[in-house]
Amino acid sequence: MSRADVRGEPVGESEGAAPSAVPEPGTARAPGPLWSLGLLRSELLTTFRRWRTLALLGVLAAVPVLVGIAVKIETSDGSPVGGGGGGGQGPAFISQVSNNGLFLVFTALAATLPFFLPMAIGVVAGDAIAGESSAGTLRYLLVAPAGRSRLLLTKYATVIAFCLAATLVVVVSALAVGALLFPVGDLITISGTRITYAEGLGRALLIALVVAASLVGIAALGLFVSTLTGSGIAAMATTVGLLITVQILDQIPQLDALQPYFFSHYWLSFADVMREPVYWDDLVKNLGLQALYAAVFGSAAWARFTTKDITA
Amino acid sequence: MAEVSVTEQERPDRDRADDAVIATRGLTKRYRGGQLAVDGLDLTVPAGSVFGFLGPNGSGKTTTIRMLMGLIEPTSGSARVLGLPMPRASRAVLPRVGALIEGPALYGFLSGRDNLLRYDAADPTADPRTRRERVAAALDRVGLAAAGGKKAKAYSLGMKQRLGLAAALLQPRRLLVLDEPTNGLDPQGMREIRSLVRELASDGTTVFLSSHLLDEIEQVCTHAAVMAQGRLITQGAVADLAAGARGRLVVTTPDAGEAARVLKEQGAADVVVDGDRVTAEPPERDLAEVNAALVAARVRVRGFGLERASLEDAFVALTGEGFDVAG
Ligand SMILES: Nc1ncnc2c1ncn2[C@@H]1O[C@H](COP(=O)(O)OP(=O)(O)O)[C@@H](O)[C@H]1O
Ligand SMILES: [Mg+2]
Repeated sequence: MSRADVRGEPVGESEGAAPSAVPEPGTARAPGPLWSLGLLRSELLTTFRRWRTLALLGVLAAVPVLVGIAVKIETSDGSPVGGGGGGGQGPAFISQVSNNGLFLVFTALAATLPFFLPMAIGVVAGDAIAGESSAGTLRYLLVAPAGRSRLLLTKYATVIAFCLAATLVVVVSALAVGALLFPVGDLITISGTRITYAEGLGRALLIALVVAASLVGIAALGLFVSTLTGSGIAAMATTVGLLITVQILDQIPQLDALQPYFFSHYWLSFADVMREPVYWDDLVKNLGLQALYAAVFGSAAWARFTTKDITA
Repeated sequence: MAEVSVTEQERPDRDRADDAVIATRGLTKRYRGGQLAVDGLDLTVPAGSVFGFLGPNGSGKTTTIRMLMGLIEPTSGSARVLGLPMPRASRAVLPRVGALIEGPALYGFLSGRDNLLRYDAADPTADPRTRRERVAAALDRVGLAAAGGKKAKAYSLGMKQRLGLAAALLQPRRLLVLDEPTNGLDPQGMREIRSLVRELASDGTTVFLSSHLLDEIEQVCTHAAVMAQGRLITQGAVADLAAGARGRLVVTTPDAGEAARVLKEQGAADVVVDGDRVTAEPPERDLAEVNAALVAARVRVRGFGLERASLEDAFVALTGEGFDVAG
């Protein structure tokens, strides 16, 4: 346990020797068992009321709209969208969009996962501690006292919640735009089998969860960076910079021995959910890698934050 | 006090420190840059006092407060707050302490009320069922009831300072730590904060108030400690500190030259003539005799009296320098 969180000696109201006649002012009430949830609720409310958060979600919601409109325009003369460009090395979901609006969900996720989604996470995670530190609010949370470990855990939980929210915003926007602009109905998996629209929706939800889980690693990395500096801007820029660097390094063939350890390496494996049967290998590798990043950088963030001098 | 049970053996001078709300021993902080900000501080703040922590800018007041609140780790030495060691006992101590450290810090995009709701939610001992009432009461207490719904970024500096104070008053506290609470306020705002401090102190809350303003400490504090360049120069009751520096004898007269001669004759030192005012360090003998001697020498005395020493005199006497020196 950290120095800041170790509970002190019991506050001895019960000690027999000195019965206090007057009830002491400021005698602390024992914290309720659900207190941490109250802190989490406050953290969520605070995060989702920042206009920066809302702007990021707005950008993410706009991506499916733009992709949908582009596909609509390009296919308005009946020609299919040219072979599988869309999501970088991602699968050719985009060529299917005009046949079935549901494919806009997969296309939009493939388009946002390499950069927009993780950038949004990097901004929110990088700002988590460093932003409070540069605003000075961190010292007041700590003397409240929120407790350093608990505050860090609450921050991480909130960033994870934001990962989920960001992914769902892309999915919901894509679903709505897809249903509005294109026909919907049964769909063909990558393996060529036919599944119903309802099952397709189920797969889309599963993919959303996988994509959100793919962001857990960069969330932990961003949180760690956030404990290193007292400037929210610096932490956000560093995290996003790391993201871009890793994405570039992941393209360099000479580094293929290292690449399986890059947090982004298996990101596009979510497409394997659309195979029949689902091809789990890379999905599992991805989730394992994210868990590893969460453990390593989560511990590092904890070690740093619980021993750090808070001077801002 | 009841809560010292575990620690008697660590405390040889139990009697003195028994009613101490803050007690530090050899508390020292050297920042990572190498700056020695606080150097071997032995501070004792008695319960129920309004304790002025006085020192010029850069003398280590905020650094001391950060250590007391568990925000930074002392380089050496120890600190006890409400009888418990800090920062080890943060969880037990801090809910009973309200603090304003180095000015207020707020979420600009939240209303004043929502700022307080957030800080209250961070306190594990705060009852969520009474949160709204307590926030409203705290806003009311600092005169922000009407502005509670406004975004904090639209607040003036004085309003921010008040909101910071309100955050310190969300729960009944045993100790209030206020780091330069009147910084940036206009004279009216300063008066209001001071009367609030007096009011809180009369409820029995111990107030630890840092300031670089001598007259502020003189006006509101019962006790004071004086810091300079990270060191504690003196501490004690304000009356005793001021008494430590002797007052000056002041004679008002149109015959200033003659008066100065007589005063010297009577054994007064450091005689200074300034227009019709003659001041001097009073001699040991009965001042009635001195006055009689003046009259006998046909000096026309308009005024004769002792001017009480101020804390500033005490400070100058102690440090041998003016008060505006930054460390
Ligand atoms: N975070 C920090 N890092 C390095 N030096 C610091 C830091 N904070 C304060 N100092 C230095 O420590 C000394 C005491 O500062 P401080 O405690 O803020 O004084 P005060 O509150 O009395 O004005 C000053 O010389 C200041 O420059
Ligand atoms: Mg200061």
